[in-house]
Amino acid sequence: MKCIAFIQTKGGQATKASLEAAGFAAGIGEAVAVVSGDLDGDGGLGSVGIQRVLQGAGDLDDSQLGRLVSAAAEHEGASLVVCAQDHLGKSIAGRVAVRMNAGLIAGVTVAPDGDNYTRNVFSGKATAQVKGATDNLVITTTPNAIGMPAASGATASIEAFDTELGERKVDILEAASPSTGGRAPLPEAELVVSAGRGMKGPENWGLIEDLADAVGATTACSRPVSDIGWRPHHEHVGQTGIAIRPNLYIAVGISGAIQHLAGVNGSKVIVVINKDPEAPFFKAADYGIVGDAFDVVPKLTEAFKAL
Amino acid sequence: MVSCFFKGGKVTARNACIPPFRNGSGSGINFAASKDDFYSFTFTVQGMEFLVCISKAPDTTTRIAFTDGDTRFNEEGVQFIVNPYDEWYALVRALEIVEAQGGKVVIAAVGGADCDPILRKALAIGAHEAVRIDAEPQDAMQVAAEIAAYAKGQSFDAILCGKETIDHNSSAVPAMIAEHLDVPCIALATSLDYADGKAVMTRETALGIEKISVGGSFVLSAAKGMAEQRIPNMRGIMAARTKPLQVVAAQGAAPGTRIERFALPDEKAGVKLVDAENPAELVRLLREEAKVI
Repeated sequence: MKCIAFIQTKGGQATKASLEAAGFAAGIGEAVAVVSGDLDGDGGLGSVGIQRVLQGAGDLDDSQLGRLVSAAAEHEGASLVVCAQDHLGKSIAGRVAVRMNAGLIAGVTVAPDGDNYTRNVFSGKATAQVKGATDNLVITTTPNAIGMPAASGATASIEAFDTELGERKVDILEAASPSTGGRAPLPEAELVVSAGRGMKGPENWGLIEDLADAVGATTACSRPVSDIGWRPHHEHVGQTGIAIRPNLYIAVGISGAIQHLAGVNGSKVIVVINKDPEAPFFKAADYGIVGDAFDVVPKLTEAFKAL
Repeated sequence: MVSCFFKGGKVTARNACIPPFRNGSGSGINFAASKDDFYSFTFTVQGMEFLVCISKAPDTTTRIAFTDGDTRFNEEGVQFIVNPYDEWYALVRALEIVEAQGGKVVIAAVGGADCDPILRKALAIGAHEAVRIDAEPQDAMQVAAEIAAYAKGQSFDAILCGKETIDHNSSAVPAMIAEHLDVPCIALATSLDYADGKAVMTRETALGIEKISVGGSFVLSAAKGMAEQRIPNMRGIMAARTKPLQVVAAQGAAPGTRIERFALPDEKAGVKLVDAENPAELVRLLREEAKVI
């Protein structure tokens, strides 16, 4: 089967989530990548199994990107389009699906089993096996779930790709600046340190920042903490915030309400630090420390620094 | 109030860019000369019309279980709510704008009569009219096609959705509606305001928060930060009983995917506790046993 992988680039390199999507596509069939704008070399795509890259115009809005990707699929005779279920993927996968009259299976978490695709449902409380019911299909892959294919060291060839894209309708007034202080964005983060009301107040977050720095992690928080304004909304992980699936999730002073667990139970390893041994979070944890965060966290930070 | 200035007779107005699903002639627009500049005019658009898409979702505390050989969600004893992203963020922000500027908020759901209670809830929070598109949707493709078909015949300034439903989590419907209507889709928007006749929004991107503007109609998916949850009061609940809830026939759009089977995740093996006096042991276990650092 021929497939198209839509790739988002940052500084000319494919993002990690996009490389995972490209590897996923290459595992299914002959995969051709599509990028919009500048590329540094092959952007790292040859190494994950892509042989050809179609390079379209840059500075496109979501509607134009939808046209670029569906035109590339038509050009290549591809019946499957893959992209990451990241911020951009959520803007354009649905557009591509409508343009190609294709079913959309969003947020796939493992390599397919034949034509069965597995995705999380009920905010991570369950999984579903889903099949396409159309000739064409669009798949989005959950960041940090599929895993990165082993790098082959190969290089992809680049071809310019021109197509009718229509007018840009979205004007950018202020470009985005990193809100995570140079750390990986939460949906892609491999290491996350998160804290809840057990920290007693925003003035104590220095302890959490220090631990996150020592681990090399992104910081997150529980819903009550973002609701009362101790931390910004974009740090809220859980059912009504961001769902994450890092390799390591360290939760400090979070009791583990079912809504919080829904957003983090895709984490490979969960560590819970709570002074209440009855906190429900311990039941969902791999490792735990029963103790006061104000004693435990500084010691843990020192232990990480000593690595 | 949406204000817009024009000079030399050239209108640069929101309604100068007529989107495909705004068929109205821009009625309700008042022109009023500003005092300080003869050539500068302000007009007020009275009548922002929003369509807010809402979905029925199991309460966030629901213990998930399946039935019919794990092919169907077991709804027995489940409390259903308005999908939180649709209610807390999309609906409330639309209401805030209409309360400040005039207009109306129409809510739409695709579903059977079992969706009526959540439509009444959204009416109690303050929506003016409800529409239920009578179908039993199987996936996002079907929902989006039905919503788009309904919206095409109306004159909405914007269609607001939550960023995802808490049952299927696809985040697929908003972009699909936008493509059907050939308008921009602003996914994961965290604010919406109107200035100089344009919609100004912030949205989450891989690089952080970006500020953007759109001149014509658009579809938006709302994320946290857009608005605060509102609890309906008794007056709202009483008023909701007599607000219009229109049931319209579906177009018969087909789904693009099929769920074969559901599964629950494996239980955790159990927590391994580490002494609070010896966090270094935890670091060792994470490195040598779990191999995550």
